[in-house]
Amino acid sequence: MQSSNQPWSSLWKTLFGDPLRAFGIVSAILLVLLAIAPAKNHFSEWRHYQKGYLRMVRSRGEAVTLQRHFQPGIQQIWHPDIGVTDRCTSCHVGLKEASLTDVKFQPYRKHPVIPHTTEQYGCVMCHRGQGAATTVEEAHSSTLAWEQPILPARYIESGCGQCHRANLEGTPQLNQGRALLARYGCVQCHSIKLPDAGVMQATQDAPSLSHIADKTTREWIFAWLKDPQSYAASATMPNFKLKDDDIRDISAFLIANSNPVAGDTLPPISQKAADSTAGASLYGESFCASCHAVQNAAGNLVGGNVGPELTRIGNKTKPEWLRAWIHNPRVYDPGTQMPHYRFSDQQVATMEGFLLAKSDSDFLANVHLDPATPEQIAHGKSLVMEYGCSSCHEITGIKKPENFAPELTRIGSKSISQLIFLPGMSHTLPDYIAGKIRQPRAFSPGLKMPQYSFTLTQIDALTTALLAQNDRAQSMPPSLSVPAPQTSHYRPAGKAGQIMSDLACFSCHAINGRGGDMAPDLTWEGSSVQRKWLEDFFRNPGTLRPALIRRMPKFNLSNEEISTLSDYIMTVYQTPEFDRESLPESGYSATQVEEGKQLFYSKYGCQSCHIVDAKSDKGYIGPTLTGVGSRLTAAWVYHWLKNPQALRPGTVEPNRNMSDDEAKSLTAFLMAQKGSGTKEAKK
Amino acid sequence: MMTKRIPLAVIVLCLVVCALMLAASGCARQSASAAGPAPTAYGSAIVESSGGKQIGAAGSALPQPLVVQVNDDQGNAVTGAAVTFSGPSGVSFDPPTGLTDSSGQLSASVSLGGMAGRYQLVASTMTKAQKRVEIKSEEIALDYQRRLGQLLDDKYCSRCHNPESTSERVSNFDNLEVKPHAFTEGDTLNKMSDADLLAIISHGGPALNKSPLMPPYGYTLSKTEMQALIAYIRMISDPPYQAPGMVYAQK
Repeated sequence: MQSSNQPWSSLWKTLFGDPLRAFGIVSAILLVLLAIAPAKNHFSEWRHYQKGYLRMVRSRGEAVTLQRHFQPGIQQIWHPDIGVTDRCTSCHVGLKEASLTDVKFQPYRKHPVIPHTTEQYGCVMCHRGQGAATTVEEAHSSTLAWEQPILPARYIESGCGQCHRANLEGTPQLNQGRALLARYGCVQCHSIKLPDAGVMQATQDAPSLSHIADKTTREWIFAWLKDPQSYAASATMPNFKLKDDDIRDISAFLIANSNPVAGDTLPPISQKAADSTAGASLYGESFCASCHAVQNAAGNLVGGNVGPELTRIGNKTKPEWLRAWIHNPRVYDPGTQMPHYRFSDQQVATMEGFLLAKSDSDFLANVHLDPATPEQIAHGKSLVMEYGCSSCHEITGIKKPENFAPELTRIGSKSISQLIFLPGMSHTLPDYIAGKIRQPRAFSPGLKMPQYSFTLTQIDALTTALLAQNDRAQSMPPSLSVPAPQTSHYRPAGKAGQIMSDLACFSCHAINGRGGDMAPDLTWEGSSVQRKWLEDFFRNPGTLRPALIRRMPKFNLSNEEISTLSDYIMTVYQTPEFDRESLPESGYSATQVEEGKQLFYSKYGCQSCHIVDAKSDKGYIGPTLTGVGSRLTAAWVYHWLKNPQALRPGTVEPNRNMSDDEAKSLTAFLMAQKGSGTKEAKK
Repeated sequence: MMTKRIPLAVIVLCLVVCALMLAASGCARQSASAAGPAPTAYGSAIVESSGGKQIGAAGSALPQPLVVQVNDDQGNAVTGAAVTFSGPSGVSFDPPTGLTDSSGQLSASVSLGGMAGRYQLVASTMTKAQKRVEIKSEEIALDYQRRLGQLLDDKYCSRCHNPESTSERVSNFDNLEVKPHAFTEGDTLNKMSDADLLAIISHGGPALNKSPLMPPYGYTLSKTEMQALIAYIRMISDPPYQAPGMVYAQK
């Protein structure tokens, strides 16, 4: 032992034996230690990037300006009220330099133009990452101390969704994601609380199953549950991947549990369509395709997605139910979006024949079910409860379950340590969410979440919307939060209101903030049109826009109904901005009309979008104006010309800022266009 | 002494790291090509079937997949040829490599990188003589401002400026006496300055002695919106638009 200590003690003696030498050596060590901190600072990453920036800038034409703007040292954006401490601009030096858009590499490229500045909210608010960090690794990547790495650019719109609850024009992906959450029933099982104490609502209610035996057969339910998309490619219902025995029991329960609705079936109508093309033309004339899609020979869906796809409707519905539904859908489902068409018996029979022919003989060929036993029915009921069917569907005797699936209010801040990833998956929250939507059962075979058939774009949109549901969004100061507009529950009153709900006007038209966007907003229709035209339009609707596909169906209204509706519309749906009778509908001087004509064709080039003279004008974009003098009120035309956006926000016609005199002359010219414009356009 | 040793250590460390990285990248490249399925046939040419010249959002998947076709000497489709997609950093393909199907085609969904701009994608296949043949296609990624411009174009402009009709919308192009310029017409539009475009959009055609069929949008759109529109027009123009450099006084 002593011998091994020998060299150490001699070394000690040589170094520290002499007090002066010892002092020198200790000082040297101290100096070196003291140098470590400045050296670390000197070699830090952000200095390296700042030097690199100055080197890059030197060769550019605008070097002097850029050098003047450059501020050395650590930069920080600090907003304690919203939890922002971002030092990203220490390395991302050129974020605000307009001329650096051509830089192809980071961190020197200019930030793309967005509605906010980096000073306002910092960077991490949208991009995530660790704002206070000053090294690339710590700022961008997930570390032990900071779980939120930089968000991939494809989900960047989630940042907007933290404050903006309403749809924004510039964030189509976020809007789509939220719409999907509401439309595909995600929010029926997973509750998503909003910062203003509400919850996200589903937009489409799945059909009630309480009376399903009236509508369809057990065999169809079986085939549908086995694979909804094999019946209709566009079905929103997901695939629950159930075993055949389980489907047999669920279908048995649903049929046994169904109770009939009086009047929702009709006996066969003796008149049958003689002409085989009559069905197709009635389907076309009634504009069924505005809401319902049918797969064409090429396999493409043609039609809208408001109602269910009808490609194989003949396999689904019982003839007696379909007949009654076409006759009056409100008997079976009082809240349906489908209008009551008031078809004649002949038309009902024609439509029934046409729809029943839309079937696929193979679809139910392999479904053979024995009569259900009580055990099967009981088991079916327990399965229906287990899978939460009543979260979306109304089922007699089973209540809508509460908190059926995990709440997703803060899913966008979920800690990665709480997640279980699949092998080979990258350990990030967006990938987890997207993976879970793509293939939920891959995470665990026992999960109840069904398999949806979303496209890649839809999954990205859903992930974006879910990432916006995070802690930051919940704790945003109210001054920054932009709430969604209040949903309108407007209902027209009285007898006219009854007719309007019977015709399901709100499925296509919006009035006072409620309704669809397929057809024009009618909030101020009473100020806009002349009564006679409105009545004629109800009797024989045509299109006003030659280039549009969707058109108003003919509802076979009685004269009394037409007069009730017209009275209501003309009295109630008036704008407070002007009096509809403030300008005369005729009696303008010839010079004024001629002046208006000059303005129309020469100065304002209106014929590029509108048709007044059906022979020479070709404009296809705006409504046809051939009979506008018999259609619109002069006051509406005048105020429209003065400022179209004031009467209908978001309309395509630009505001021309014309003088009062010009607007008056043009009004005179347009009001001189008498005649029934709709008939000519109807072709 | 200490200060001398640090750089030495750093250099050694760098060398080791570089060697490791080289080895790793070599491995990765090998494993990537090994991961692709073995080709059962070889073609002599590769062509783009569809999916080129798309416009998408930066960082997002393009609306349509990129479809390429492998042909033999006679121009017949080749089934089972191996195709590899590649692109600048940030671009991802699903699948990145694969065999052509019975119609000689391989389709991949493409996600563009996070930066706005033009992305050149390359699809390549090997001929029998192990020669690499490739086809390049260009896609455009839009940032927030240009996407806003795209939405505005869709709403206000494309009805006349885009001669193509879709099933949703009939083009008004043929109905106009004076034909508007398509926004991709770089030969014409690239010569116009941003100020000229802004003048035409806000004051209409007559502002630059052009047709009054082009209405003024200055009272309808905000300046931000018009700038977004111009940024979008510049981005999609073909040939690409080169912004004039800033002019500074020389010494």
